[in-house]
Amino acid sequence: MSLMTLHLKVWRQAGPDQPGRFETYTLNNVNPHMSFLEMLDVLNEQLIKEGKEPVEYDNDCREGICGMCSLVINGIPHGQLPRTATCQLHMRHFNDGDTITIEPFRARAFPVVKDLVVDRSAFDRIIARGGYISVNTGSAPDANTIPVAKEKADAAMDAAECIGCGACVAACPNASAALFVGAKISQYILLPQGQPERPRRVLRMVAQMDEEKFGACSNHGECEAVCPKGISIINIARMRKDYRKAALGLL
Amino acid sequence: MAVTGLIWVIFVMVHLVENLLLFAGPEPYNRYAHFLVSLGPLLWLAELILLVALVAHVTAAISLVLENRAARPQRYVKLRSKGEPSKRTFASMSMIFTGLTLLLFLIIHLKTFKYGPGIEQGYVQVIDGKQVRDLHRLVTETFHNPIYVIWYVFALVFLGFHVRHGFWSAFQSWGAAHPRYTPILYSLGALVGVALAVGFIFIPIWFYFFVGG
Ligand code: HEM
Ligand code: SF4
Ligand code: FES
Repeated sequence: MSLMTLHLKVWRQAGPDQPGRFETYTLNNVNPHMSFLEMLDVLNEQLIKEGKEPVEYDNDCREGICGMCSLVINGIPHGQLPRTATCQLHMRHFNDGDTITIEPFRARAFPVVKDLVVDRSAFDRIIARGGYISVNTGSAPDANTIPVAKEKADAAMDAAECIGCGACVAACPNASAALFVGAKISQYILLPQGQPERPRRVLRMVAQMDEEKFGACSNHGECEAVCPKGISIINIARMRKDYRKAALGLL
Repeated sequence: MAVTGLIWVIFVMVHLVENLLLFAGPEPYNRYAHFLVSLGPLLWLAELILLVALVAHVTAAISLVLENRAARPQRYVKLRSKGEPSKRTFASMSMIFTGLTLLLFLIIHLKTFKYGPGIEQGYVQVIDGKQVRDLHRLVTETFHNPIYVIWYVFALVFLGFHVRHGFWSAFQSWGAAHPRYTPILYSLGALVGVALAVGFIFIPIWFYFFVGG
């Protein structure tokens, strides 16, 4: 196994309203089995040794389930591998001598905090407007006491896979949050537990999405391609249909 | 957007079929055009629906585009499509550009034909003893102007692109999506787009080269 040399063009920005710029760094000892985040850890070690300020980037679980990692890598949120979060992208997918451009997720609703870290709390405020079931449903019911069709259960599980990373917003030419919100609404639309609050959930969550100043979806479908969980844009259509019906009082 | 866009797609399809009558010769074409005008209030109603749909469509389109531009004040230095299953295409990315070109096209188109010269200017044919407007002659003459033909072809290629994204997008926006049928609608969008563009482009090209005027 030979170590790789990589050139990194990294977005550096001191604070939310500061101007940003790219800095280029060269790493000579990249192990191809490192994840992208481990590679950035190595970069930071090198920067600290040189007395420079390390690069800020978000991460937590590093196993593709928390939604904390981000980054636009060579123009694609979470990088070029299908259905992969940045923390699960390994350096063997790059070539020795590559130059890699790393930018933060960009959207008015996701302001840069520092370097590659953006504030995604807009998503939390959307969830707070109805992305839950209000009553305590107790412990898990016995299997099959509440019948749920297999296709609906599957579709609800698929929607529930969303880890809230925000790559959909980052990739969208309109910076729309429709895939995230569509997924969060769909998982309840499809299950009996979600029915009592169904109309007000969609109205309130969509209203909050607009208030957070995300763009409006015009069906480019780029979100589905970059989503680390492969959430389908069918969830966006499901949200729109429910929204229309709820707004007209038909739900 | 969805409903108003689809109203126009339906109109444009009907309009293409109607205009294929051009190939049947002056008499059937002028007769049919006269029949449409003689519908009176029924035709006005259809025109009113189209006008309202267009104004709503363009207004929504412009506000949507402005809102979406504002949603990303700091652009990416580098952003590219990840490919499959993305539906981000030249067509989807240029909707406002192709759309505004179509608006310009529509204005010129109406000025040339609908509000162009008529019976008083001598564009007249006698059918069943009645004087009717000779639109066939107007079309033939117009399509012998090379600049008009080139602009026409250009604008209708844009129509094809606009419908290529717009057709399936309208269903998706309305909330009509299905794992089995959405891919069919997506392909159908390409088919309708190409069919409309090719169909409409065929007419001026044919007239330019093969119909005397
Ligand atoms: C005349 C000026 C026109 C303008 C300025 C315009 C502009 C637009 C824009 C900006 C969109 C939004 C799509 C996006 O952002 O990706 C759109 C959608 C659409 N347009 Fe147009 N357009 C025009 C004419 C037409 C015509 C003549 C047709 C029909 C042949 C049409 C059919 C559609 C359809 C079906 C959609 C999709 C609607 C949806 O997804 O909800 N448009 N148009
Ligand atoms: S839909 Fe996909 S890309 Fe968007 S937040 Fe959820 S997991 Fe991330
Ligand atoms: S760090 Fe948790 S998903 Fe990447």
